[in-house]
Formats: sequence, structure tokens, C-alpha cells
Amino acid sequence: MSQAFRVPGRGRVDSARTVSFTFDGRRFQGLAGDTLASALLANGHHLMGRSFKYHRPRGAVSAGSDEPNALVAVGSGPALQTPNLRATQVELYEGLAAVSQNRFPCLQFDFGAVNTLAAPLLPAGFYYKTFMWPRGFWDKVYEPVIRRAAGLGVAPTAPDPDHYAFQYAHCDVLVAGAGPAGLAAALAAGRSGARVILADETAEAGGSLLSDRTSRIDGRPAALWVADILAELAALPNVRVLTRCTAFNYGPHNMVALNQRLTEHLADPAPGMPRERLWQVRAKEVVLAAGALERPLVFEGNDRPGVMLASAARTYLNRYGVACGKRAVIVTADDSAYRVALDLHDAGVTVTAIADLRPAPDSALVRAAQGAGLTVLPGTTIQRAHGSTRVHSVELARLLPDGSVGRGQRWRTDLVLMSGGYTPSVHLFSQSRGKLVFDEELGVYVPGEPADRTRSSGACRGVYRLADVLADGAAAGAAAAAAAGLAAVQAPSWSVDVADEPGRGGYVGALPRRGKGLLAMAFVDFQNDVTAKDVKLAVREGFQSIEHIKRYTTTGMATDQGKMSNVNALGIAADALGRPVEKVGLTTFRPPFTPVTFGAFASHARGDLFDPDRRTPIDSWARAHGAVFEDVSLWRRARYFPRGSEDMEAAVRRECLAVRGGVGIFDASTLGKIEIVGPDAATFMNRMYVNAWTKLGVGKCRYGLMCRENGFVYDDGVVGRIAQDRFHVTTTTGGAPGVLAMMEDYLQTEWPELDVWLTSTTEEWAVIALQGPKAREVLAPLVDGLDISAGALPHMSLAEGTIGGVPMRLFRVSFTGELGFEINVPARHGRAVWEAIWDAGQAAGITPYGTETMHVLRAEKGYIIVGQETDGTATPDDAGCGWAVSKAKADFVGKRSLALPAMQAPDRKQLVGLLTEAPWEVLEEGAQLVARPDEAIPMRTLGHVSSSYFSATLGRSIALAMVAGGRAREGETLYVPMEGRTIAVTVTKPVFYDVEGARLNV
Amino acid sequence: MSDTMQLARSGFTLATAADRRRFVLQARPGTLDAAARALGLAEAPAMLATASGGAVTALRLGPQEILLLLDPAGAGDSLAALRTGLDAVAHSLVEVSDRQVGLDLSGALVEPALASLTSIDVALPAFPVGMATRTLLGKADGVLWRTGPEQFRLEIWRSFAPYISGLLDEAARDAAF
Amino acid sequence: MLLIRCPYCGDRAEIEFANGGEAHIARPADPMTQTDEEWAQYLYMRDNPKGLIAERWRHAHGCNRFFNALRDTRTDRFVTTYEMGQPRPEIDAAAAAEAAR
Ligand SMILES: [Zn+2]
Repeated sequence: MSQAFRVPGRGRVDSARTVSFTFDGRRFQGLAGDTLASALLANGHHLMGRSFKYHRPRGAVSAGSDEPNALVAVGSGPALQTPNLRATQVELYEGLAAVSQNRFPCLQFDFGAVNTLAAPLLPAGFYYKTFMWPRGFWDKVYEPVIRRAAGLGVAPTAPDPDHYAFQYAHCDVLVAGAGPAGLAAALAAGRSGARVILADETAEAGGSLLSDRTSRIDGRPAALWVADILAELAALPNVRVLTRCTAFNYGPHNMVALNQRLTEHLADPAPGMPRERLWQVRAKEVVLAAGALERPLVFEGNDRPGVMLASAARTYLNRYGVACGKRAVIVTADDSAYRVALDLHDAGVTVTAIADLRPAPDSALVRAAQGAGLTVLPGTTIQRAHGSTRVHSVELARLLPDGSVGRGQRWRTDLVLMSGGYTPSVHLFSQSRGKLVFDEELGVYVPGEPADRTRSSGACRGVYRLADVLADGAAAGAAAAAAAGLAAVQAPSWSVDVADEPGRGGYVGALPRRGKGLLAMAFVDFQNDVTAKDVKLAVREGFQSIEHIKRYTTTGMATDQGKMSNVNALGIAADALGRPVEKVGLTTFRPPFTPVTFGAFASHARGDLFDPDRRTPIDSWARAHGAVFEDVSLWRRARYFPRGSEDMEAAVRRECLAVRGGVGIFDASTLGKIEIVGPDAATFMNRMYVNAWTKLGVGKCRYGLMCRENGFVYDDGVVGRIAQDRFHVTTTTGGAPGVLAMMEDYLQTEWPELDVWLTSTTEEWAVIALQGPKAREVLAPLVDGLDISAGALPHMSLAEGTIGGVPMRLFRVSFTGELGFEINVPARHGRAVWEAIWDAGQAAGITPYGTETMHVLRAEKGYIIVGQETDGTATPDDAGCGWAVSKAKADFVGKRSLALPAMQAPDRKQLVGLLTEAPWEVLEEGAQLVARPDEAIPMRTLGHVSSSYFSATLGRSIALAMVAGGRAREGETLYVPMEGRTIAVTVTKPVFYDVEGARLNV
Repeated sequence: MSDTMQLARSGFTLATAADRRRFVLQARPGTLDAAARALGLAEAPAMLATASGGAVTALRLGPQEILLLLDPAGAGDSLAALRTGLDAVAHSLVEVSDRQVGLDLSGALVEPALASLTSIDVALPAFPVGMATRTLLGKADGVLWRTGPEQFRLEIWRSFAPYISGLLDEAARDAAF
Repeated sequence: MLLIRCPYCGDRAEIEFANGGEAHIARPADPMTQTDEEWAQYLYMRDNPKGLIAERWRHAHGCNRFFNALRDTRTDRFVTTYEMGQPRPEIDAAAAAEAAR
């Protein structure tokens, strides 16, 4: 069978270029320019998928992005298969492989379709009602079963090999939609010189005009007019036309997100081509020209393959050259379906009957259809469509004057076209927070007062007559350009010589039934399998708000966002509630307009470029020496340097002993650094830190502790006074940006009178920590004559000098408890100086160590790490740093809060040390502490373990903990309840090694 | 990172800029004018503008902040003049020569490549030659300075260079399509 | 993404900024003279208006300056931005209505 339903001479497809593709493994042929749907339809193949809940056979009902049924997966393999694509939008290319979804074992025959028989058992709210009990059944029984049965396609399991582009863009006028209104708007704005972006979700600009064989603009067929406009737009350097590009999110302040598909339609994309490009467009003005969507009719069996929107059949015929069937029955409440009937008739399709829901349709189009010999049945409705994988007949019945429905009559057909009138596509307008208003005459919601700088034009605001649409678009484009600040130019105008009058009529809700029909299989929301009965049931069960009805029934909540279903669901609910539609309200239109690939959102932010991967100047040395790294905020830091087959534990023990016994070298470059300079520098320091700074001499260092205004520890670090008006402040690695921001906050907003300025110098300096009893003997020969003896450079002092000719700020500080130096050199010299020290230290057995050893060494000394011992609720005193708090200062950030009674309560958690009975037992960090092992559950926890290590120096485990009233508990036994056992610990002082600090002052 | 970076694609090149000594000068606006005069400039550049003269280029990044780029050859004289000019006037001068690196970008695709990283409009009318500002480049801070119709200088913190140049490389590749 | 007018740099996208909470809350000149209640008031109590709020922003990834803004919390529409230290501007009814729209 080869394209038996192709109509020669029709459509914009290239009849000279045959394209082969497969669907569910079966080979088909289509033409270049086809969509997957049009190509399948050209082969007479309507069955394209199974539905979500009932696994009903489904075919394409539309020809565009509103398609709810024909969802397919394209591509193959665990990485490349993309699920849930609308066959109506998938462009055909040679070799395309698509598969249907939700079927088992195959599309023709599906076990799950038994759900249809069980439909009475699956009413609205079924899940809420049924799976409440027993509770444990949900995740073990119900959910897996439901998940296997339901669902839309299968997500890829392997990483996406494609890449995705991202771009910000700025324009005067963004036009969303390139149908007649959008083209007119873009041209009007473009001619004014405005920067214009025109985006359309389809492959070809033109919108409805590409399906229109009737209308003539300026004496030319509509499609040629489109070509003329596009040619002019292409010649304007200030206009960018983006096709295959969906405006899917209208964000605040006119930032509109577009997703452009670049490769999906290509058999052989150029190497390196991104699959999609996400645009974030900041537009001064937006023109929405999104068009209108035809509404389906709600009747029993309206989801049978072969039941379609009338406008879709016209598009398949006129744009793709495909007749969707041989014998069509048309059911309509709108004149426009008559044009479809005429086009089909003209193409040789038998139009068996046009059933018009209106009692006395009368317009030029109706008369034209009658004149062509077509059977028009006024006041007639459809009761049911029969068939399984394809419709084969329908039951039409008279609507009687008393409102009841007469006896039905069966008509044989293979194509049922429905037209319930048009719904303006207001999604983007609604996303822009614009209010929708109900248009009494059209019976639909249209854009009202916009909230952002946006204009709706054409069919998306209920303007349907082609001449009006063009004028409306041109006026909107011109007005938008003027509002964006461009000099006004005459808006273009065109004469529409031939065009149909827009349809009048339309239908909202479920079609009337003869007798007490349940409408159990009359679908409102095809994608979520929500029926008219479900909506009625929801109302019967007490739901009144349309938002609640939506959630209870899930209508409008599928990936199509209820494009087809919202208005009908509203109509059914309104009918059941006995209220007019406009009194029931409308649900929110949420982004995205159509689904967007996750890859597009991620764009470049994946792999190595997900976040900045910050590396120090010494990183390359550490890498060359086998370091194992860890992430500390955005930095990559050497965690330990294993030798041979050492694991971390072994390496850390060796490194610790090397520092305590000899000398270790450590890359401390990631420490945050801020240079605080100005005549008021000391005043500012006094206010920001809990410590006193006035008396700190030039060349001296001090441990600085910083609280937030609430009195809790925020950050800490050593501060050196470089000059009377210059402090070199260090912060924790992760805290640097926050500390600088907090300092700027106080400086700029509370004390703007202070003459002091802050500069981040974190990356100016590479910092090499040289620690251990042999540190001085290694360093002394390198510092170009600087005296670093204990007398000249005692603990907590600094000197400026050079090291091998490189400028240096040398701090005599220690975070290990040993004699220590931190050598600050300009970053470019970091590695060279490190290597010079490394070489010089060989005789002394110099050992590189990482963050893990640093942690152990500082814990042995009871030095806290902000964020490990503290958690944002610890005062300086809690953390054992009460000694740092100046008593003399009248004020500093946090001082007043520290005076609050609760901040001095004796049972606050305080820093203590813990020792286990068994020396090898290393507690788990985060473990809770209780007073008695036999306490009833829930136990009252007294605190938690904040740091815990095995100390090689001490030959046993050590731990730091925050314990309620901890300092008064010294010597007490507490308990750590773990799974299956309880560990007894003794509370100690939080210093385990060299309590008197003798090793520092050497 | 290595000290020099080099990337070349059709329509886009990236190269480490010539070495400069860099200083962050912060002071009240009037003092910044005095500083500019001491450096031989007429006055401090306006917000988001740059001024150049002799060995000095000044980028006005904030109302109280100027980034000075000094040609190493003339830097000593400039600094001496600056210190003399600002003697006894409250200010902060901090050397950041090694804090950041300069990257020179050029080519027809520089604009679209940058548009992948910054939310600022980098089209020539909106971002003219000589304009400079700090902005967010992807997830990293950086200074963006237009040095020609198709030339930009980035001044970015040293550790952000691989990330930003990596993003630019991908963006330039994508911009070709 | 909001478009925010930095008084020094002009219109910039929201990602360049950090919100700094309610504006015009002056830190007491001598906190130690505050009662616990007064201090708690200063420290924790903030307005949460449905409507216009004066709030602080910092152009964190730009000129690094704090500034104030008047924004309608219902619509995210900014009425104006102004430098730190300036009083909250008087807004006429028309501007307030426009912000609320
Ligand atoms: Zn700014």
C-alpha cells in the first residue's frame, strides 16, 4: 500500500521526493514536507497510539500542537528515543523511526484495553477513593501496577548525547505566531526599523493561510501572499524569523522563552549542530498572534480513530495533499466546516452528510455546499461513533424543538469531522497575567486588559475575518513598534479579495443525548481519558470550583494543557452546576505551552560546565602528585595524597603524623580574603567582628569571629593588620561571598559615612600553609633574608617580604596546633613557590596533606569549623569562643542579641569533647547523644556529634560535640544510641592535644 | 589553569590578553575624579564607561569603584602619581593583578556567543565600544568591556577562566548554526 | 525574570541582583539601650504587605551597590528605584494603581 490517500496536485509537499520511514517497525513512504501524521494518513493509517488510562485506540485528531492523541516516540536506543512527540508536529525525514506508545503487546491488540470494560470502575477521583487503604499498599501494590499500566511513553535511560544551545535575546517587538496576524504585525513593526523577532512553532510560516485554497489577498492566493511577506521580512536586517520555534513561557516583565528545534527534522544534521536552542527573549513589546484552536465535539466514541477536527482534515488535504478518508460525515456547529466539506468534495472525497447542530444554518458557505449537491442536515446531532481501531459508522439524530433528541439513524463512514467552533489561543496572554474576559457573542474567553506590555491580535483575540485579521495584526505591529520608541510609520494594508466569512456558531459542552445516556465514553480530555461523565460526577460529588474539578478529574492536566478540552469541560461543569460558563471561571494556563526537552533547559549547564569548577594555582601540582579531591563550595580541594595503595584512612594517619612530627605543606588558597582599606578600617572591623581591633598592632594577627545580628556565629578567620588603615581578612572557603555581602550591607546601608572600602582578594593570593615543628627550618632559607625567628615573627604576627624574589605576605599562624606559616604570594607564582618550598623541604621529609588531615589536626586542638560545629544557632560562647568576644566594645553586630536571656541560658548546647571507651570506636558525625541508654522512646536528645575522627597522634578516636549544658557535664557519661547498640562516651574538654599550646609558641 | 588560553573557531577567537597590572580603586566620586586627573585623565569615566590615556585604562564599574589596568612598563610612574594625588584623601587602592585574567574575544560570532552567557543586551547600539560593566557570565561574575565592534575584553577571576572559556567555546560553536 | 532598574547601571535582569529585604529599617544607633522587645522588633518583625513594599536590592553581579525599590508584591511591578539614604518616595494614586494592575 503506497500513499493511497494522497491527492495528486494538492498540498505543499514535494511529490518528487519520496521519504521512507518506519512506524512500529513497519515501513511506510511519505513525501518531503510531510509530518509523521500526514504521511501515515496518506497511507490510510489512522491508528497512532493508545490512550493513557483505558488504552483506547487513538488516531490524530488535529494537525498541530494541540494534538492530544497521536503521541509517539521517535529515534531509537536508550539515549536517543524521545517520547511523547506529537505525530502531527514530527517532520518526516528519510529513515525516521517512530513507535507508538501505551500499547501492550501491540497497537492493534492491547491487553490494557480491558480497562475500557472496567471503565465504570475507574470514575473521576478513582485513585483518591480507592487507594486510600491499606496505607502500605500504595507504594508496594497500587502504584507499581498503575505506573505500568498508565504513563506517557518511556523516558530515555542513557545520557543525552545531543547538546543544546542557549541564548538571551533582546528586541523591540516579539511576535509570537506567524499566521496572517503575526506576519502582518512583524512586517508593520519591521518596516519601522524595530528589532523584531517573529517566532512560529511550525516548520513554515503562514499559519492557516497554508491550508487555505480559497482566500485571495491583493489578488493573489493566500500562500503566495505569505511568500511575499516572508521575502520582505528576510530582506529586513532588523527582523529575525524563527520557525520550529515555540514561545512556551511568558515570564514577568516581558521575558518570553522560545524553544527552537534545529535538528529534529533533519536526517543528517551537520556535525556539531545543537539539537535545540532555548531563547530567553526580553522584548520591549510583545504581539501575540497565536491563532485559535478548533473545538472537538463531545459525544460517545468521539475518540475513535477517524474522528477528527474538521480544520485538521482541511490542513491534511490542502497543506499535505492527504485525504483523511473516502466517505466523510461532518458534524458541525460552525460555518467553517462547510468550507472543509467543499474542499474535500472538490478533492473527490464523498461527503455523505453535514449534520449541523444549528436548527437553520444559512450563509453563503452553507448555500455553496448545498449548491454542490452536499446533504445538509440541519438541527442534527451525532449520538455515537462506532468502530474500534477505525470508525466505520455513526449514528445521527434530529434535535427536536423541545430540546430532546430524536431516533438515531446509522450512516456508514470512515471519517467523522467535527467542528465545535473556535477557541482563541490565550495561553501566552494568560501566562503574562493578563485577565481574560468572556465574549458573549463568541461564547469564549478572549484577552482583556493586559498586565504586561503585550498586544493580542487576530484569531487569538477572537478576530476571525481574514481582512480584519491582517488589519489587526498590522495595527498591533505598528503600535508595538511605536510603544517601543520607534517613529511611527504607516501600517501596511492589504485588500482581501476573496475569503470566507468567519464561522458563526459553535458549541460548548457535551452534545445532547437521546434518553439517559451516560456519556461514559464521550471524551472531553483525550490525553488524560477524562469523559463528560467524569466531569458531571465531580459536580455531583460536590465540586463547584473549576480548579477543583480540574484536579479531581485531571481534565486539562495532561501535557497538552487542555488545549482542546478546557472549554468543553467548562461547559459540561457549567451545565451540571446550572450556571453560565462565565460564572464558573477558567483554570490557569501554565507554562510550557507545549512540552520542552529537559536538555534545552539545561543547555550548557551539564558535565564540567554545570557549575564553575574552581581550581587553585596549586591544583595542577596536587593532581600530578596523586591527590584525591573533594568539592568545597565551588572549589576543588585536595583531600588527601595517597601513597601506593593507601586508602584515605591510612593516608590521613600518615599525613597527620608527618605534620606533628616534621613538616607538612597544604594548599590553603581557597580561603576567602578581603582587603579592608580606609581611614575607618579599624572602626569598621570593630563593628563587624566580635573581637576588638583598635589595639591590634600593624604586623599582628588575630582570630576574628563574626556573628550575624541575631548573635549566632556566621564566619571566622585570621585577620592581619597590614597597615594602620589596611586589614587582610580571611574567611572560610565557602563563606567568602556571604561575608563580603554582609560587610557591604552594613557599610552601604547602615554606616555609609565610614571611609572604608572592601575588595575581594581571594584569588589574588595563592596561600601555602607550612605546618609542623620543622616548618621554620624549611622556610627560613627561602625568604630572602627575612627574619622569621620566634622573636622576630612570633605566633600571630605577619611580615611582608619576598620569597625567591616574589612578593609575599607571610603570616605566622596555625590551624594545626604546630609551628606554622601561611605564605601568601601572587597567584601566578603560587605553584613555583610551592615547588620551591617542596624542594627545600625534602630533607625534612616534607609531606603534602589535604583537607581531611587538616580537619583531624584542628579537631585534635578543638578548633571549630564554622558550619560543622556551628549550625546557625550557636553563639560564640556555645562554640567555645566566648574568649574572643570583646567586653569593652559598646557595640558590634550581634552584641545586643547576645545579651538576650535565651542566649545565655545554661542549657544551651556547648562545644565539648567526647571520648569513647573503645579507642578504635569512631563515632558517626551527626549521631545523637542521650543521658540514659534505657530511656523510653522518644528519647530526649542532649546534643549531637559534630566532628569525629581517628587521631593517629593520640592513637585513639576523638570527637567534638554540641551538648546541652555541655561544659558542666565534663566527666559525665552520655550515650550514643545507634542501630542495634548503644555507645557510651565520656564528656571532656574539647582540646585533646597540647592543651597549653606549647607547640605553637616555638 | 594554564597561564595562556587560546581558542579559535570560525568567527570567534579567544586569547589571553596582554599582561596588565590591575588595581581596584575605591573612593567617593569626587576623589575618583582627582585620581583620574592624577593619572593624566580628564576625569573619572562615567558609570559603565572607560577612559584611557598613556599607560592607564580606567573602567568605571561602580559609583565608588574603578578598575585600573596599567601597562606594566608605565605602571610605576602611574602608581606614584596616583599615590601623590590621593595623599591624605580617603581611598582604597588594592592590587588585583593576579586575581583576574583578561580574555580578548573577537570575531563576527562574539555577540551571539556572549549572548549565551550574559543577560545584558550586547548589540552594538545597546553596548557601544568603550562600555564596560560587571555582569553574570553563566554562573560566574565577570567584567565585560567592549573594545571594538567585534572585540570584547573579559576581566574574570582566575579560577573562573576555564568555566567561562568553556562556555564561550560551546556558545561560539552553537552560534554558527 | 524581572527587569530591575539599578540607579547606577540602568535596567538589568533579576539574576544580577540579590534581594535585601524590607527597606528603611534603621539599625538602632545604640542597640544596648534597646529593650528586648524593641530589639526583637528591629531584628525580626517585617511587613508583608499585599501591595507596595519598599525593599532593598543589591546589584550583586553588577556595580555592587545597594539601592531601594518600590514594588507591588501582587504584580511584581516596580514603581521606582532610588539610592540608599533617600526617603521612601511619595507615590501618587495613579502610579500606585498602575503598579497594582
Ligand atoms: Zn548597578
